[in-house]
Amino acid sequence: MRAFTYERAGDAAGAARAAARPGAKLIAGGTNLIDLMKLEIETPTHLVDVSRLPLAGIEPTPDGGLRIGAMATNTALAVHPQVRARYPVVAQAVLAGASGQLRNKATVGGNLLQRTRCGYFYDPAKPCNKREPGAGCAALEGFNRMHAILGASEACIATHPSDMAVGMTAVGGRVEPVDGEGRTRALPLSELHRLPGDTPQVETALAPGELITAVVLDPPPAGRQLYRKVRDRASYAFGLASVAVAGGQAALGAVAHRPWRATTAEAALAGGASPDEAAAAELAPAQGRGGNDFKIPLTRRLLAAALAGENA
Amino acid sequence: MADDANPIALNRAGLIGKPVDRLEGKLKVSGTADYAYEVMEKPGAAFGYLVGATIPRGKIAGVDISAAEAAPGVLLVWTHRNAPSQPAPGTQSQAGSQAPAQPELYDERIRFYGQTAALVVAESFEQAAAAARLVRIDYEADAGAAVVFDDMHAAARDTGGDEEAQKGDFDAAFASAPAVIDATWTTPVQNHCQMEPHASLCWWEGDQVYAFTSNQSVKRPQHALGETLGIDRNKVHLRARYIGGGFGGKNNSYADLTLSALAARELKRPVKIALTRQQMFHMTVHRPATVQRVRLAADRNGQLTGISHETISHCARADRFMERASAFTKNLYAAPNRRIGHKLALMDLPVAGAMRAPGEAVGMLALECAMDELAEQLGMDPVDLRILNEPDVDPTDGRPFSTRPLVRCLKEGAQAFGWDARIPTPRHTRDGRWWVGTGMAAAIRGNFLLPAKAQIHISAEGIVTVRQAMTDIGTGTYTILAQIAAETLGVPLEEVRIELGHSEWAPAPGSGGSFGAASAGSAAMDAGINLRSKLAALAVGDAASPLHGGDPAKAEFRDGNIVIGNQAEALGDLVRRASPQGVDAVGAVTPDPKGREYSQHTYGGHFCEVGVDAVTGEVRVRRMIGVFAAGRILNHKTARSQLTGGMIWGIGGALHEENHVDPRFGSFVAQDLAQYHVPAQADIAGLDAWFIDEVDDIANPLGIKGVGELGICGAGAAVANAVYNACGVRVRDYPITVEKVLAGLQALEG
Repeated sequence: MRAFTYERAGDAAGAARAAARPGAKLIAGGTNLIDLMKLEIETPTHLVDVSRLPLAGIEPTPDGGLRIGAMATNTALAVHPQVRARYPVVAQAVLAGASGQLRNKATVGGNLLQRTRCGYFYDPAKPCNKREPGAGCAALEGFNRMHAILGASEACIATHPSDMAVGMTAVGGRVEPVDGEGRTRALPLSELHRLPGDTPQVETALAPGELITAVVLDPPPAGRQLYRKVRDRASYAFGLASVAVAGGQAALGAVAHRPWRATTAEAALAGGASPDEAAAAELAPAQGRGGNDFKIPLTRRLLAAALAGENA
Repeated sequence: MADDANPIALNRAGLIGKPVDRLEGKLKVSGTADYAYEVMEKPGAAFGYLVGATIPRGKIAGVDISAAEAAPGVLLVWTHRNAPSQPAPGTQSQAGSQAPAQPELYDERIRFYGQTAALVVAESFEQAAAAARLVRIDYEADAGAAVVFDDMHAAARDTGGDEEAQKGDFDAAFASAPAVIDATWTTPVQNHCQMEPHASLCWWEGDQVYAFTSNQSVKRPQHALGETLGIDRNKVHLRARYIGGGFGGKNNSYADLTLSALAARELKRPVKIALTRQQMFHMTVHRPATVQRVRLAADRNGQLTGISHETISHCARADRFMERASAFTKNLYAAPNRRIGHKLALMDLPVAGAMRAPGEAVGMLALECAMDELAEQLGMDPVDLRILNEPDVDPTDGRPFSTRPLVRCLKEGAQAFGWDARIPTPRHTRDGRWWVGTGMAAAIRGNFLLPAKAQIHISAEGIVTVRQAMTDIGTGTYTILAQIAAETLGVPLEEVRIELGHSEWAPAPGSGGSFGAASAGSAAMDAGINLRSKLAALAVGDAASPLHGGDPAKAEFRDGNIVIGNQAEALGDLVRRASPQGVDAVGAVTPDPKGREYSQHTYGGHFCEVGVDAVTGEVRVRRMIGVFAAGRILNHKTARSQLTGGMIWGIGGALHEENHVDPRFGSFVAQDLAQYHVPAQADIAGLDAWFIDEVDDIANPLGIKGVGELGICGAGAAVANAVYNACGVRVRDYPITVEKVLAGLQALEG
């Protein structure tokens, strides 16, 4: 770990200002960032601690949505009565991720901004375009069992590891970043994370220093909700594929560089297609890289079953 | 020893078998047990950090340590260019040496990915770690450094060593049998992933070096360090008080020990080095991958006429350790025609080594599934097939068994599990989205006894202290030695102290191969018996003792007293008066040559129920039991923990554990516990294990057998067989992960 300086932010705009400086980085729960700093994959020279900012509230919005403060812990989110009653897909998704200890520490904002768990990204001795743009991607021809089947590029086939974000993406909503001037904007959840393209090191649409203050979920869509995650063991494993369903909306996880809203399947269903047909349509553009070929039928089956309501 | 003279058999106070809590348990759960890296006896240690090579084979072409040397807090930076001169690897110059020199940073050659290429020592761990990344090393990879990993067959070469296991004419038996199985199983590289990383703390006092390290034995690293430093090994004071898991991966010592000792000498202050979690994957050993072909031949009734088990194991180019996955097949089932074989496939990979139940742990994943396939082909119950092929004597060498309660284990397990309700045809039960099925497998593991000594002391306060150059790697050695000493001397457990992990104390073989309890424990009992003789002689010869003039041969030891006839005296009173400096004795165990005339093993039966997700192919264990036979049980709590821990590992071997080799780099892909999967708590439901009642009087004076590795043996095969019974998919390529089950499910769906 490189030496760094540290400050505790007094307010959100001040945090954004401090974090916009070269080499600075925001830290909240730190459950991902500190691991990356130990490996010198992240080498901030200055940390701006936002964990004590008063942004942990969770409350309904006038239009029937839910405002979730970015500093709410994952645990607080999963057990909140509003979330459990009205957004069970989000509660289930959160609880499908990490471990109790990590969820107690990790925040909602940090969960959205966590980085991929690609093994080559985590190994500084191997080439990675995300770590070192232009270095090449070791996963393309390597061990890519966990990697993306949708929206990947020749530069990067990493996946976004969050479960929570997949549940939120199925519901829809926005994040509210604030900049150093104190200006807050509304950024649709679906536009927060980017596909890798030629610049996999740029993972979100946030400007340098911008601090997510809240996630505002849309009112829950009518209909049932569920989250299902396929993983190599019963707990504490990143997904091989996951699906979130909220009424007529669905999202996929662990298949792309961002939580993947299944708009093709949604449209097909709305047009009268069967769950099998809708799932097949969503996965039609999917592309395997060898080790992850199985994720195409796996995700198709998982999505079809979830759309059909099979969750016994 | 006759039972009426054997305090363990007599078990007067009932301490033998008692589920006593671990003596050091509170220290461990409260974080106050000082593991090597945390020892505070010598404060002011500097922190070392290792740098691993990033090529599989080649040489160091260039080095620039200037930036690292200039970094804050840095005390020392070494590569092969400036490290102290050391004896060549393998040097064994001292008489009776148990281990060769293990020099580090001694030449420019890189022999495997992750090999230690540099050392940085600094005032703090963080400074050392940061400076380590500033060490610039340019490598030149050998042109021929190609890791042949996909094709183990092409790389395989014969090793010999199995000649005695070839019986009859296997080919003829196989060709003429009405029922045959011929299939190949593969198992991947596995890593030990001990909770406690390999770590050492060293300092010098004059020409004497004190070395705290995390190792399964005391003498071996002491001897290795003596050879490496070129000093008399008696000047090496090795300490290994607490070890946070070994599993075979701490049989060896590594760069942390060698380099902390050398750096401490150079800097004239204590130095400690721990491997990081990531470094452990390459800088230590791993279990080799295997390819195993099993062929079975049987008559129509299920009587085996031939067994063949041929294994290819990878190994490092510079080493010959292999996974002898076929070895146990020599002893398990009767069949007149037998072929056992092992081949090595040399790879440019780190050196492999022993990992919990080397051989059986992955070998039984093949043979015990082949037996399941044969039972299905014959329409037989898998338990009945095994019972039918139970041998009367060792099927390879004809020796009698010391004990052989395998059938008892299988029958008791089957009954407890409800095996008779099993439906043999796959895809018979659906519980929601889960296919549900059951499977079983036998367990076998060799039993060993090694020479050991023990020293024992009773103080004027009546406190009994046993000292051994022995280790407790988390298995309960402290506790069972206290039970043995207390029972032998008839004193309360609270008055016994067990002191392990000092190289100066009586030598014991350490913990490994499930031989620790038998070897160290037998020596401890012998020491206790010798101490009893001395105390009896002391009492009868002391005019002030109420036992004066009695017959020492009639002395009994109970409730803290020495008793002859109706006279008794408290041990503390006797010692305080007659020998206030205390009384010492030593004991030893030497394996009785008669033991080698018997085939000695532990046994068991595993029964498992799994669910397989019909949509995704995910496998989850729903319940599992194991019934085992391991001689007399010293402590039913610590022994059961060994079994359940082994079974959980077996579940992991079937479903989770794998490290993928990236042949482009000669490295393992998983380098942390997020990527290297072992079962989580949620993966283990309804697990139970117990022992049947037995004593093995042949095995050792305690009548016990080793339990550390038995639980893993066969456990994964029971899981795999249950997967097939649940969903109709046979996966022979371990671990049984989603993609493999899913491919099978899709094939069945058409």
